[in-house]
Amino acid sequence: MTTEHTATHPGAGDLPAGESLGRDAWRRLKQNRAAMVSLVLLILIAIACVVGPWLTPWGLNEVNWNAFRAPPSLADGHLAGTDANGRDLLTRTLYGGQISLSVALVATLVSLVIGVLYGAIAGYLGGRVDNLMMRFVDIMYSLPFMFLVILLMVVFGRNILLIYAAIGAVEWLDMSRIVRGQTLALKRREFVEAARALGVRSRTIVMRHLIPNTLGPVVVYVTLTVPKVILLESFLSFLGLGVQEPMTSWGVLISEGVDMMQGAPWMLLVPSTFLAVTLLCLNFLGDGLRDALDPRTR
Amino acid sequence: MSRSLLEIERLQVAFELPHGRVAAVKDVSFSLAEGETLALVGESGSGKSVSSTAILRLLPEFAATRGAIHWHGSQGRENLLAASSRRMRHIRGNEISMIFQEPMTSLNPLQRIGRQVREVLDKHTKLRGQAAQRRVIELFEQVGIPEPERRVASYPHELSGGQRQRVMIAMALACEPRLLIADEPTTALDVTVQAQILALLKQLQRQYGMAILFITHDLGIVRHFADRVCVMRHGEVVESATTRELFASPRHDYTRMLIEAEPRGRKPPVADTAPVIMQARDLKVRFALKKRLFRPSDYFEAVRGIDLTIRQGQTVGIVGESGSGKSTLGRALLRLLQSSGDIHFEDTDLTHLDSGTLRPLRSRMQVVFQDPFGSLSPRMTVGEIVSEGLRVHHPELTRRQRTERVIEALEEVSLDPATRQRYPHEFSGGQRQRIAIARALVLKPRFLLLDEPTSALDRSVQATVIELLRNLQQRHGLTYLFISHDLAVVRALADTVLVMKEGRVVEQGETEALFRSPRETYTRELIRAAFLEQVA
Repeated sequence: MTTEHTATHPGAGDLPAGESLGRDAWRRLKQNRAAMVSLVLLILIAIACVVGPWLTPWGLNEVNWNAFRAPPSLADGHLAGTDANGRDLLTRTLYGGQISLSVALVATLVSLVIGVLYGAIAGYLGGRVDNLMMRFVDIMYSLPFMFLVILLMVVFGRNILLIYAAIGAVEWLDMSRIVRGQTLALKRREFVEAARALGVRSRTIVMRHLIPNTLGPVVVYVTLTVPKVILLESFLSFLGLGVQEPMTSWGVLISEGVDMMQGAPWMLLVPSTFLAVTLLCLNFLGDGLRDALDPRTR
Repeated sequence: MSRSLLEIERLQVAFELPHGRVAAVKDVSFSLAEGETLALVGESGSGKSVSSTAILRLLPEFAATRGAIHWHGSQGRENLLAASSRRMRHIRGNEISMIFQEPMTSLNPLQRIGRQVREVLDKHTKLRGQAAQRRVIELFEQVGIPEPERRVASYPHELSGGQRQRVMIAMALACEPRLLIADEPTTALDVTVQAQILALLKQLQRQYGMAILFITHDLGIVRHFADRVCVMRHGEVVESATTRELFASPRHDYTRMLIEAEPRGRKPPVADTAPVIMQARDLKVRFALKKRLFRPSDYFEAVRGIDLTIRQGQTVGIVGESGSGKSTLGRALLRLLQSSGDIHFEDTDLTHLDSGTLRPLRSRMQVVFQDPFGSLSPRMTVGEIVSEGLRVHHPELTRRQRTERVIEALEEVSLDPATRQRYPHEFSGGQRQRIAIARALVLKPRFLLLDEPTSALDRSVQATVIELLRNLQQRHGLTYLFISHDLAVVRALADTVLVMKEGRVVEQGETEALFRSPRETYTRELIRAAFLEQVA
């Protein structure tokens, strides 16, 4: 490695200019079989939830008067059976998936973007700015979540977008604390000081040096956020603050299924299988991403 | 020769790691007589610490050990590798004890130090209550802790590094062991403290008649401290001899290389008429200790008014112990820290520039840090790390031109340019330090702050990095500010030296004159400790 290279540099253009972390991470992720299988499954579930409802012979709120609480069967087209009102369970689960997945996606994105940026900036700037920014987080924490949701409902009327807003407004708080803590430790590392000595702007230091190095815990936390958000949504719906009949979500379907567990177990099993598979895949994918984003693991 | 105490026969240690088996120690044999001091010397990765840890069977579970370790202890001759864990617990801390490198982390921060020493007595002796307390105080007296009666109630954070190491020694000696294993016990300490600790160990060894197995990478210590030496490399003992023989006539090439790796040569002087490149007047840096909302904060003054002039092509060395403010001074000069006083770089007054107007100047003053592991972002490739400065200062360059400059810089520090697509963790300490130097050089700076650039490196690697720095200076007419606690390195590299203590310059002058005839007592003490003249 330490041999002398006296030759004039052979056409620098012939050599790749060095992979960026992103491309490199994707290459490593592809080698992780569990993560790739999970990724494919997640995409399939998402496609099914978006496209599926058109393909099933039944509508969301369409009642089959001949089949109340009917078990799954091929004969009448209810592949996953029907619920207590005679509505096709598969169709409802796929519609519910739209809500659950989109809530999970939006809330996670919000918590990721706002939380990571907010935490990294607070941690990097430090001092009084950090103090103010984190006290704001504390204030947000201290607002009772239910009160916030009910207030939003009163002011803006009932709207699914409010659910996204409410959950998003709460979920980034944890993330910003985690990232801030990481940043506080990272910013004392010498590579950050070296970047400052190079004259790199604070913005670039945060984006290129700090945030990529916080990704390990961030990814782990994201995989914990998704199930939390899905369950939070069903909790809101259960209280009548979330999605309303006839629309549904996985959380709502599961809570209905729990009531019917003895007479109609499919009503619990079908939506919870979707939820469980999704969460499992997210965990594998999260682990895979964490390893892929860390160049030290091969 | 007195009775044999420990015989290690054909010891092999391999670590079973997920990606395969790594042989850390391959076939190591040595023996130790009662009351003797044996030094295990080698560079990092030579297996010296693993061998010594194997004696107490403290290796992690995935380590596979073969061979025999015969111990002549209270139960006659026994093979420690075959002993029961119960028997091992009795031996640890009682017949054989160990002290470690890191006095900062070897003590439990939440327990009073007296209690931590008493814990050993509780385990291994019948002393309880008042008797135990008296023994602890006696031990503290022996290891030279001032006011032992009061100190037993102190917490570790209230002690200095040297005092903590003394507490560790007190703990190790509590049961009067027959063998003390000292794993780099002074590496984390300042030179003057190191000299004191070594003298203490020598004295205690005589007093207790114990043997010492001393693990170190520092041949200077070995020369003054050990009776016999085993030189290790790549998990094998390459040479073993009495200390006098080894230094007088080293047989193995590697040993010769280690002995000769002491920094040599002197810097050719620079004319007094060379233009001044960096000048500071009455430079002060203070840190707020406790921020208060409505009252003025308490401050700690790290740098208390320093004047400094550096001329083009010069190397100015700054030496001092940890906490003397030398790193703070360096960072303040580059305006990485807020300071008061005047700083002039080339023709510009840096004092009142904000980060925007300072930015263009940054390409001409660069820095290389001590820690080759901490100074490179683990998630960027070498190419990205080295080219970062170019992105800031030469945004007009095309990707191809940038890559060319990176290749040039990597070649300058003798690294294979093809390595620029790899990540820092794939490189050794010395190579990482070369990457850090390349990152600074790619901007073609005139002034380089070198903050302990060689302190974390093995001696032989250190020599090559010093050689590199010298060549670069000659080739590009660079000006260095070289911060180090290693006086030998500074002596080899610097034109003038500043000795710092508690934020002030104690003495400064032309290097050779200062080392030959230091005026101040503190400088004299520092030099004597660094070259270990008082430990006989």
